[in-house]
Amino acid sequence: MIEIDRITKTYNGVRAVDSVTMTVETGTITVIVGTSGSGKTTLLRMINRLEEPSSGEVRINGESTLAVKPHILRRRIGYAIQGHGLFPHHTVARNIAAVPELLNWSADKIRARVDELLTLFSMEPATFRDRYPAALSGGQQQRVGVARALASRPDLLLMDEPFGALDPVIRTRAQEDLRRIQQQLGSTIMLVTHDMEEAMRLGDRVAVMDAGRLVQHGTPAEIITRPATDFVASMVGEVERPLRLLSLVPVSDLVEAGTAEGEALQVGASLRDALSACLWTGRSAVPVEQDGRRVGRVTFDAIRARARVHP
Amino acid sequence: MRIGTVLRPALVLLLLALVLRPAWFTPVFAPFAPQGGPVIYDRVSLLSLSLSHLGLVAAASAAATLIAVTLAILVTRPAGAAFRPLSRTITNMGQTFPPVAVLALAVPALGFGAGPTLVALFLYGLLPIFENAIAALSTLPPATMEAARGIGLNRWQRLVRVELPLALPVILTGIRLSVVIALGTATIGSTVAARTLGEVIIAGLLTNNTAYVLQGGLIVGLFAVLIYDALVQLEVRLARRIGAQSS
Repeated sequence: MIEIDRITKTYNGVRAVDSVTMTVETGTITVIVGTSGSGKTTLLRMINRLEEPSSGEVRINGESTLAVKPHILRRRIGYAIQGHGLFPHHTVARNIAAVPELLNWSADKIRARVDELLTLFSMEPATFRDRYPAALSGGQQQRVGVARALASRPDLLLMDEPFGALDPVIRTRAQEDLRRIQQQLGSTIMLVTHDMEEAMRLGDRVAVMDAGRLVQHGTPAEIITRPATDFVASMVGEVERPLRLLSLVPVSDLVEAGTAEGEALQVGASLRDALSACLWTGRSAVPVEQDGRRVGRVTFDAIRARARVHP
Repeated sequence: MRIGTVLRPALVLLLLALVLRPAWFTPVFAPFAPQGGPVIYDRVSLLSLSLSHLGLVAAASAAATLIAVTLAILVTRPAGAAFRPLSRTITNMGQTFPPVAVLALAVPALGFGAGPTLVALFLYGLLPIFENAIAALSTLPPATMEAARGIGLNRWQRLVRVELPLALPVILTGIRLSVVIALGTATIGSTVAARTLGEVIIAGLLTNNTAYVLQGGLIVGLFAVLIYDALVQLEVRLARRIGAQSS
């Protein structure tokens, strides 16, 4: 559990981060979202003490981050950034091994961990281990950056706009990978982004920052249905609210007995996908498929009703 | 590249022949020698002069590299930033002082021989290395530096594992310029009795023997070209390892 306790950063009398308090549960993804200058990156960088807080403190599993030297603390906290920041003069394997090496892991243990992580990120170890970062695609470089951050099994993974430099297609794939890997490893992640769509897609919890203050911290559904301030509402986007809400709900929630014509959706798809399918093909219901078998359908009316059900 | 693969060994062979078997070149240089005068310099072995010449250059360049790179590291740290203008002025002065003047001033202090030449070459060699090292260390990729800090490398580890390896190709360019300048400049060391290939050239000038001048000049020139080429190859290799990354 990560506890952020009234943390404040002042630059020349201006409060870049103003007394932010929040708790992050172990094994969840918290996305900090805000416009540029909202203090979201400063907040993140205070957790691993790349910025020293002016006041307040952060506790990781009850232990204050001020209790150890900054560079020792950072070896326990994974850090992945926009533009990956890989060491261009080291191979993929040495890049991933950077923190375990600092922690004096044995060579065998490091090698096994590198291969494990490469496999996890769908990169064949034999092919990629000895390549230099310049020989990788943007998406692969980004994956190696995240693998490096996860290498020592850190208590916490901090990510600062990790997908910002990727093109939209690769970004979606990277987000799905991160979700899958986080669930597999049970990692605790705090991620900063300016993209509400990304926040909704990845976050178990979303924290909205505005002018240095934490204005709302809740589940994506809460942020959409009960925005705390006008600023949060504008970040969500009034027009897109129903669609964002539907994107959070899997079709399995509304699946009902019955049949429908046309191409089927997977149970894991969201109601937004289902709505889109209805509108695009002019159908009033779409069949739902699980493991290649049709298990029922989702109707246009049910989706419409669901989008309206909020306080 | 194609030309290089043929030309490089040819030049190496030519240089070896000039140094080890100067007598072979008698017919070539004869037209430039004075009537009835000696054609080939044979007062001392050209090999020993070459080794002494290269030794002086190597010692001076090594010292200049050590000092310039250390200085550049210090002034690119936050604590040393204030000394950057001052250190620049000092190394610039080393460059503006003509080596001949340094020789003249150093002889009373250090006496005749290799000493004054080493000082002159050292001072003259500082600037290119210092400037390149500063440029390299202050333009490292920001994301890589941020990540190096963020994953828990301390200052020393960042310097040794990330900054210096990434700056190396550009620092090496500075060393290359410095070495080539020193190879040429070392010849004037012979005016204060340092043992360099300048001896051959000066002997030629004193006796109006163009053959000597050509012989000495050719050997120094070939050394400069070949060493320059070797260092370029090394830089290319290092830069390739780091990759076309910087784009």
